[in-house]
Order: sequence, then structure tokens, then C-alpha cells
Amino acid sequence: MQELLQQLANGIAWGSIYALIALGYTMVYGILRLINFAHGDIYMVGAFAAYYLARLTNAGGANPSPALALAILLGSMLICALLGVAMEYFAYRPVRKSSRLTALITAIGVSLFLENLGIRLFGADPKFFPQLIAPRSISLGGVMVTNHQITVVIVSVLLMVSLSLFIQRTRTGKAMRAVSFNRDAASLMGIPVNRIITITFAIGSALAAAAGVLVGLTNPKIEPLMGIMPGVKAFVAAVLGGIGSVPGAVIGGLLMGVSEYLVVGYLSSTYRDAIAFVILILVLLVKPAGLFGRNIAEKV
Amino acid sequence: MIAAAPGLAGGVEPMLRMERVTRTFGGLKAVSDLDLSLPPGVLAGLIGPNGAGKTTVFNLITGVYAPTRGIIRLAGHAIQGRLPSTLARSGIARTFQNPRLFADLTCLDNVRVACHLHAGATFADSVFCTPRSQREEAEILERSESLLASFGLDAYRDEMARNLPYGDQRRLEIARALAAEPKLLLLDEPAAGMNPQETDALMRMIFEIRERYHLTLLLIEHDMKVVMGICERITVLDHGVKIAEGTPEEIRNDPKVIEAYLGEEP
Amino acid sequence: MLRRSSHLVRGLAAFVAVALGAWILDGAAAQVVNPYVYRILVLCGLNIILAMSLNLVNGVTGQFSIGHAGFMAVGAYVSAAFTVYAAPRLFAVTSETGTVAAALPFVLALFLGGLVSAVAGFLVGLPSMRLRGDYLAIVTLGFGEIIRVAILNIDAVGGARGFAGIPQRTNLAWVAGIAVLTFVFLRNLVRSYHGRALLAIREDEIAAEALGVPSTRYKVWAFVIAAFFAGVAGGLFSHYTYLHTNSFTFMKSIEVIVMVVLGGMGSLTGSILGASILTALPEVLRFANADRLIIYSLLLVILMIARPQGILGSREISWGRIVQRLRRKRPGAAA
Ligand SMILES: Nc1ncnc2c1ncn2[C@@H]1O[C@H](COP(=O)(O)OP(=O)(O)O)[C@@H](O)[C@H]1O
Ligand SMILES: [Mg+2]
Repeated sequence: MQELLQQLANGIAWGSIYALIALGYTMVYGILRLINFAHGDIYMVGAFAAYYLARLTNAGGANPSPALALAILLGSMLICALLGVAMEYFAYRPVRKSSRLTALITAIGVSLFLENLGIRLFGADPKFFPQLIAPRSISLGGVMVTNHQITVVIVSVLLMVSLSLFIQRTRTGKAMRAVSFNRDAASLMGIPVNRIITITFAIGSALAAAAGVLVGLTNPKIEPLMGIMPGVKAFVAAVLGGIGSVPGAVIGGLLMGVSEYLVVGYLSSTYRDAIAFVILILVLLVKPAGLFGRNIAEKV
Repeated sequence: MIAAAPGLAGGVEPMLRMERVTRTFGGLKAVSDLDLSLPPGVLAGLIGPNGAGKTTVFNLITGVYAPTRGIIRLAGHAIQGRLPSTLARSGIARTFQNPRLFADLTCLDNVRVACHLHAGATFADSVFCTPRSQREEAEILERSESLLASFGLDAYRDEMARNLPYGDQRRLEIARALAAEPKLLLLDEPAAGMNPQETDALMRMIFEIRERYHLTLLLIEHDMKVVMGICERITVLDHGVKIAEGTPEEIRNDPKVIEAYLGEEP
Repeated sequence: MLRRSSHLVRGLAAFVAVALGAWILDGAAAQVVNPYVYRILVLCGLNIILAMSLNLVNGVTGQFSIGHAGFMAVGAYVSAAFTVYAAPRLFAVTSETGTVAAALPFVLALFLGGLVSAVAGFLVGLPSMRLRGDYLAIVTLGFGEIIRVAILNIDAVGGARGFAGIPQRTNLAWVAGIAVLTFVFLRNLVRSYHGRALLAIREDEIAAEALGVPSTRYKVWAFVIAAFFAGVAGGLFSHYTYLHTNSFTFMKSIEVIVMVVLGGMGSLTGSILGASILTALPEVLRFANADRLIIYSLLLVILMIARPQGILGSREISWGRIVQRLRRKRPGAAA
């Protein structure tokens, strides 16, 4: 029982990271029907941006300061938001009218570009993320969690709640939903579609950056290819939840994190990378549009 | 091959018969308790205002949707719930309200696809170009070319379907449906978007097609005047319910029909 | 009867011609180019087989598979396991590489790899009944990853250490010969009414069904055939170079998709072109050293923006067309 709770706790912390990345996938997909392959690499850039910001400000190490950590988090999110916007403007916008596969290949190209640029700029060897917050272990009724894990969960929850509020309550959020429902109709109604797409990329990328910084906190080894697997799995999480659905992405991410830890804990760590897909396939066979997705039959 | 169902007083087995067919979408009853019967060889019309459920009736007959309730018979056999491709094999072909051509295939290939039903070469035949496959391909080519010619589309033979003018796209879609050699042909608003002259020519052509290919034909039209000229029997739908049925004369003077249409047209 | 036998003779003659041609090509290549270029030619041939077969699913049928490397892995490991474990028992004479007697177990191994992979293709194709577009894509991706992890956990084929001790049977002759056969197979299929049914499904599945094309069956068949050839390519691969599951990550699947899209969806000759270019490009860019992958990825993005339909679009290169072009040009040049 203890063991199970322990794995659950670890899984939830790890799943929050997936959820944050999955949100960006789901938002971009909802609006452009594009699997933004480079999204996982934005997460990598987010981690590295924080790494360099921390070095620049001498954060971490001897005098960890939560305020500085927050500033670094926001700085990294800002950098990645800009990167996401640039990516959309230079690479995706020109192929928006082309076939979806063309757009996908473009996204793959961008992804490879970011990875290799990362290797060139940051080096291929792993870097060690500074400890922005002094690590501490806390026992919650026998389950050991670190304050880092708690931070991850709290920050993720805060970001997800603000995102939902933003989408539900603000004008921009409503416009985003309109564009994702029907881009042409939204455009006819005077919604500035291009600007909405830009904002979507900015927000999605910022969330991925946050995931990157948080991961640096708990798993401090960062390297330029670190985004590939989490990127794929976060996408799987988004599909699992029903792509285009915000709560779906969150649930999908958590489900994925928890199941991975359960597999590692009870089965074997070699199966870790497969379990996500097994769950996904089982879910899709029962619910072809994911847990929270609507299955829209085509009108003939 | 198909035995007539017993007990049908002296009549011929209807080509198509729908018995109390209902289809709902969520809370919406798109088609409600519809009875419809087409004797073989008839040219019938299905009319009604926009959203009346006409296209849904086609989708039910062709197996795109399964009925929520009710029975659909083709020459006596219940067919509801079968796959569209199976029904095509049983002799039902259709066109769509918004033409669904294979946009990036040539006109010739659009028609050739529809000859699929009458080819029997296996994968192996095709891969090894056996005599059987060559003979069949030659037959398909010949049949498709002659169909294109009889619709005056031979000039567009190697043109991508997407490049055709709208009116020709509609005609290509009819040619394609005929290539499947149906017994029952369903045309969904074939005259939509055409001017009166084109519409006239099209209706004459439909009349000829019926004669030449011995078809049973059901035609959806939004504009009542168009079908009056050529259809022998007309069924009127409104809000998914059949409100009238009969000869063009009877329909023209039916107060319920006039009312249904009054609500719509200015 | 006479017709049929003459047909058989023609087929056999073509087969012998291909085999002979491949053998001569191999001999010539071994003489002319250095081992490094030879190796690239072999890998290029493998990629051509992979790209053409994936094109059947993604380009011709309009489905979206990103798990092709998974099929390749199945074929690679099954054929390798056959060669290592079963062949020595079945074929008592341990035959020398290069002799005709050595060819039989190898052909059998390749075929078996293709067959098992085709069965996997069937299983992966089944969800295409219920799933569309990206959902199907992610299932194929998942399949590829599951296969890879599963193999990683089978000790008999080396697991995480990689599978060692596989005799090197593959050479350029085998690869070129099988690539040609694959091309002919797929081209004949695509040109037949079966191929048109697949194209119709790509264009509009509902209309195709309405015209009597059983779309589910065809989609599954497309997966099965594509998987077969990917499996054969995998078998060629495992008898050529070091075998480890790392060669079959989803990045390999992506690589093949890029070849297909770059060459032109639905165009088999386009796939040949795309596979050749993308195999050669990283080598050509070697001069740029560390920057070559950056340049490669940028080129990819630029190409997609400049030519979204791929190099050939859906057209095929054919001798007829080339000759036609030249004829048409000549009077113009004279004028
Ligand atoms: N796939 C579907 N999902 C939901 N509603 C549908 C669907 N198909 C048709 N409907 C609804 O059924 C009603 C009848 O539609 P339709 O048969 O297309 O009418 P008509 O062809 O007579 O204009 C309409 O209200 C339409 O919105
Ligand atoms: Mg309609």
C-alpha cells in the first residue's frame, strides 16, 4: 500500500509535466489541426533558457531564493513564448494552406532544427540544472515526497487553472474557442484569426517552457534531445484525453505519468516507454476520439 | 434470383420499400416514421424545404446512416445496417448534394473507380498483369470512355475532376454513378446551382438515362417546379415527416404542401 | 493455355533479367566505388523499398502511418532469428556466402520476415476501421514503439545488447533486385482497379464506399502489403549491418515519411527520388561537419514551404513522358 501510494505520488508529479506539455499540443492542434512536433523541443529550450538565466543571475547553489526562481521561470516562459511565435510565423504560417502532411513535415523539420541547434549551442553533453530551491524531503503519512515535487504539482495546477479561466472567461479565450470550432466562420465574424493563432502558440510554448523548468528542478540532468520522448508521450497524453480538449490533456498527462511509475515500480523499467502506447491503443479502441473528445460524424 | 415476397396483392415487388423508418440525431428527428415505396422503373421525386430530411433519407437508403428504427427493403430484402459498399454491390448508386468527386483523379479515373464492382481480378492478377486482369482493364477502359462520351465529357478525359466547371462536375458524378451499373439510382439535387436552361437539359438527360439503363430513379429537388415536369410520383417531406404523396397534379394542389413551401419561399 | 504459358515465360525472363542486372550492378559497383559509397548505395536501396511501401499507405490510400520502422524491426528480427536459429538445422550443408545454395535460406528468411511483418500490418490495419487521421497515426506510432520495447526484452535476440552473429548476406545486388521487384509490384498494383480503389479512398472515402469500394478491407490490405515490404527491407538490413532496436525508433519512421512527402505523395518514382536525396543529403553535407544537420533540417522546412506537394507531386517519372517532353521541346528550340 505504502509502495503504491509512493508510486502514485511520483507519478502525479511526473504526470503534471506531461500535462503541461500536452496542453500546448492540444491547443495548437485544436486551432490548426497540426501536430506541432517541435513542441517537445520548446520544452527543452525552456529548460536551457532557465539554466542560462540561472547562471547569469547566480541563482541556486549556496543561496537559493524562491523569488529568483519565480523570475527565472517567468523569463524562460517569455523566451519560449517568443520562440513559439517566431516558429509559427516563419515556418507554419507559410504552409498553413498546404496539406496537413506537409505541415507535419515542416514541424518535424523545425523540431530537428531546434534539436541540432541545441546541440550546437549548448553542447551534446548533459548539463546540470542548478538547484533553484534547496531540496527537502517531506513525509506525508509515510510517503516520501520532495518539496520539488510539491512545487511541480502546485505550479502546474496554478498554470492549468489560469489557462482554463483564460479560455473560459476572457474575450481572447472565447475567440480561441471560436477559431478552433470553425476557423472560417470565426474569420467571417471578424475574429483576427492570425492574432489568435499567434497567441495560442505563445501560451502553449510558455506552458512547455514551464514544464522544462519544472523538470530541471526534479530531474536536473538536461540535454538537447531531452524533449523527444516527453514530447511524444505528451502528445499521446493529449490524444488519450481527446485532442483539442483541455481537461482531456490534463487527465491524459496524469494518467500517463502514474501508469509509467506503476510499470516501473511493479513490472520493469524496460517496459516504461511502451506502457503509454498500450493504454492509448486500448482507450482508442473503446473510445475512438479519446476520453473527452467528441466524435464528430461527418455530415454527408 | 430474388423471389417476390408472398402476399403482395397482385403487385410487383417494389424496388425499394421503407417501412416506418426513423432516424434521430441527438434529440432531432431528421426522418420520422417514413413509409416510402418505389415500384421498379419509376422516376420518383422527393421534395421538401431545406432541412426536411431528404438527404438523410438517401443516407439511410445507401447505408451511410443506419436507421434508428424501421426496415428498408431492396427488392424485398431487408438491407438496413449494411455497409454502403455492400449496398452499392446490391445495385444502389447515388450522387451527393455537394458533389463528392475524387478531386485529384482524372475524369476517366473517377468513372473507372465505379467499374470496381464488376471487376474480379485478384491482387495477384493485377500485380502479375495476368491475361484476366488485362482483359478486365481493357473492358473497364472501354466502358468508362463510352460513358464519358455519352455525357459529352470526353474532352475532359485526362483532366483532374477538380478543374471541371461546376455543371460538368455534377454530370460527371452522374456518369460515375451509372458506371456502377445500379438498379436504383438516387440523385441528390442534381440541378443545384444550374441556370434554367442547364436544368432543363439535365432533366431531359435524366429522363433518357432512365429509359436507356432501365433504372428506378429517385430524385431529390429543393425546387418543386423542376420535378413536376418529369417525375411520375412525388413524395413531400417536411420536418422529417411525409406530408403528401401522389402524382405531380395531386401534389401541386395539396394545401399542406403549399403551406410547407409558403413558410419558406418569399 | 498458350497465352498463359507465354505470360509465365515473360515473367520469368523479366525476373532473370532483374537478377542478372542486379548482380552485374553489384559487381560493377564493388569495382568502381569505395566501400563507403557502396554502403550508402545499399542503405539508399533499403530506404527506397521502405519509402515506396509506405507510400502505398500514406500517399496512395491517404492513411497516416508513422510506425513503418516497427514493421521493419519485425522483419529484421524474424529473418535474423530464422537465419541464426532455424536455417542451420533446416539446411544441413552450411553454405558459403555468395553461392547459389546460400541464397535459398536467405530468401526464405527474407520472405518469413516479410510475412510476419505483414501479419503485424494486418493487426495494425484493423484499427483503421474505427480510427481516422491523427488518431490512426498515433496508434501506428504506438505500435512501432511497443514492438521495439518488446524486442528489447527478448533475450534470445540479444535484447538491449543487440543481435550479434548474423551472417552478412545482403549486398547491393540483393537490395537493388528486391527494390526493382517492389517497384514493379507496387506500380502494377497502383495502376490496376485495385489501385484506383485505394486512390478513391484517399480522395473521398464516403464516395468510394458509395461506389462499391469496400474501404475497410482495402485499407487493411494496404497496411498488410506495405508491412510486407518493410519487413523484407528489415531482413535485408539485419543481414547487412549491426542489428539493434535503436535503428527502429520512431525517428526512423519519421525519416521514411519525410522521404515520401518530399518525393511526392502517391508517386512511386517520387519516393525513389525522395529516398535517394534524403539518404545522400546528410553525406553530401558532411563538409559542413557539425552544422550539417542544422542545414538539413532548414532545407527540409524550406522545401516544404517552397514545394508543399513534394518534388514530383502525384506525377510519375516515365520514359514516355520524358520522350514526349524532348519531342515537344525540339521544334521550339529550332524556332
Ligand atoms: N450527421 C448529422 N448529424 C446531425 N444532424 C444531422 C446530420 N445529418 C442531417 N442532420 C440534420 O437533419 C436534418 C435534415 O437534414 P437533411 O436531410 O440534410 O435535409 P435536406 O436534405 O432535406 O435539406 C437537418 O436538421 C440536419 O441538420
Ligand atoms: Mg439535402
